[in-house]
Amino acid sequence: MGWMRRFEWLDLLGILTGLSLIAGLYFALVYAPTERLQGPVQRIFYFHVPSAWVSYLAFFVVFVASILYLWRRSVFWDRLGRASAEVGLVFTTLTIVTGSIWARPIWGTWWTWDARLTTTLILWFIYLAYLAVRSYVADPNRAARFAAILGIIGFIDVPVIHMSVVWWRTLHPEPVVVRAEGPALEPPMLVALLVGLAAMTLFYVYLLVHRVMVEETRDDLQLIRQRLAE
Amino acid sequence: MSGFDRLAALVAKDLLVELRSREVAYSTLVFALLVLLIFNFAFELRVENLQALAPGVLWVTFIFAAVLALSRLFAAERDRGALEGLLLCPVDRGTIYLAKLISAVVLMLAVEAVAVPVFIALFGFNLPLVPLGLVAFLGSLGFASVGTLFSALAAHTRTREGLLPLLLFPISVPVIIATVKATGGVVAGDPWDLTLPWLQLLAGFDVLFIGLSYLVFELAVEE
Amino acid sequence: MKAAIRVDGLEKHYGLTAALRGIGFEVGPGQVCVLLGPNGSGKTTLLKILATLVRPDRGVVEVGGYDVRRQGRLVRNIIGVVGHQTYLYEELTVAENLRFYARMYRVPDRRTREVAGLLGLEDRLDDRVRALSRGFQQRAALARALLHDPPVLLLDEPTTGLDADGRRRFAEIVADLRTRGRTVLFSSHAFELERDWADRALVLSAGRLVFDGPAADLDADVLAGLLAGKGADRVRV
Repeated sequence: MGWMRRFEWLDLLGILTGLSLIAGLYFALVYAPTERLQGPVQRIFYFHVPSAWVSYLAFFVVFVASILYLWRRSVFWDRLGRASAEVGLVFTTLTIVTGSIWARPIWGTWWTWDARLTTTLILWFIYLAYLAVRSYVADPNRAARFAAILGIIGFIDVPVIHMSVVWWRTLHPEPVVVRAEGPALEPPMLVALLVGLAAMTLFYVYLLVHRVMVEETRDDLQLIRQRLAE
Repeated sequence: MSGFDRLAALVAKDLLVELRSREVAYSTLVFALLVLLIFNFAFELRVENLQALAPGVLWVTFIFAAVLALSRLFAAERDRGALEGLLLCPVDRGTIYLAKLISAVVLMLAVEAVAVPVFIALFGFNLPLVPLGLVAFLGSLGFASVGTLFSALAAHTRTREGLLPLLLFPISVPVIIATVKATGGVVAGDPWDLTLPWLQLLAGFDVLFIGLSYLVFELAVEE
Repeated sequence: MKAAIRVDGLEKHYGLTAALRGIGFEVGPGQVCVLLGPNGSGKTTLLKILATLVRPDRGVVEVGGYDVRRQGRLVRNIIGVVGHQTYLYEELTVAENLRFYARMYRVPDRRTREVAGLLGLEDRLDDRVRALSRGFQQRAALARALLHDPPVLLLDEPTTGLDADGRRRFAEIVADLRTRGRTVLFSSHAFELERDWADRALVLSAGRLVFDGPAADLDADVLAGLLAGKGADRVRV
């Protein structure tokens, strides 16, 4: 019964996600005006910024899931943390890649060590570390606990990292970097951005829910196998 | 403080074990010297550019050596089940953490104390020892603070030490940045008020990381 | 009189496997109790839970009246534990190991000599643990557990590796502990030899308690029967 209801919600979520992604594409590629200074390349902005937003949102979810796991010791929070980390890693990769693709024609370089990029790169490594701890620890309870530790410390550390990179940059003046968004956003661009944000967030939730379900199913399967073996 | 006697006993035990076997100290020290050697071949370290490069050279050396030392921090406990023996004692897990932290910092400082004169001799570049010592202490403390916690985590993994750098490097970036900046200021002979902010920052990071690790350590070693 | 060890409804799972199910028993102060059962029956898990090393999933577990979950530190003050590993630092001498643990338990250094004497280690105090035979390492592990003269002793196969002299000393120690009102719970693989040291016996099989009664009531046949699943489910006196 509850399963059926859940199935309907998932269908709804899937359709909504698909629609919003299509809408996002439309708004980004068609609706939004071409930016004067940067040209069509600037449209990557509508994918890059939402991806970045989701990468950080996902890590916040990892943080919350970690705390709740350590408090409640319920396996659901552990699954949520892992799922969010996996999806978050993908979105972080997406952020970095879209950022690089954007940077090349605009700044003439694939990469620059400014605070946001650097912090996002380090976040990528922290995600990796979180998932590595899970893989390399044999006992699942211990793995969950260790990952939760990393989730909490990592999250608290991210603003600290950002701060220290900012100070590192300001005390070492570099050639002035063009402000990435260019002049202030005109209303249509803002709309496109918001649509993109909504679409990416929905996409994240969709992937998250499915990933958690896969993990639940996997554990159920293992339980069944064990019962059969006894 | 009531736990201080146990803390002293733990530190004394760690240092005694290390003194007896000397395996960690020697391998770390030799590794540090080798890294310095490789730097010599990797860069043309003439005196002009040495001032700019020295902080980086020194800290890459120290950090790599530190990872080596940290990865062996719980080796004695892990190999003979002695960690369980420690957990059975009526001692705060946080005290165990502090004791390991102190051992780690002592080891790191010992290696640095040898590596710095070697650096001066090899590259013919003088370094202001006392200010450098202060920066080295704060930096080593910060790096070892999370390093000790992560070493305890990594000790439980299948790949043992392999996980430690992966965990440690991204998390300790603030400490690394502040330490290298402060070292740069000290090496260049910058006026004190330029370097001081970095030292204050570093001290702040130390407090944050030690505090977090202390609180969380119990979860890393139990069961 | 308050029980030295009280367990009720204890359960422990590792992942999806149940290591202990519905365990309940009480050990009074001054009792010597032997814990029997085949490999994998949960003996070590039970001892570790009592020693606060492993957290139970469900149930009441009290040692000396203290809850192992919430008053772990107080429990650790009153227990002496021998596990599968010796808990000794191989690079240090026996004396250095004992003195270290003496400081951790806050007992005076002279206890080192006293426990060494009990286990026949007087001549080996300045030898590195690494250089000792397995039997003497085990003696040192026992000495470590006795340092702070704990009211409750939890010993996991304490006679492993001991020679005849070691076993004799151990039996004497257990007898002495009994007269001084100390509680001992030890697991054993050498049922025939060691049953007589105990007043009571607990038998575990596949995570369940299948026998709880006087050790004298248990002989080899009854034991084999219990472990094969026959006989009464729980025999309690």
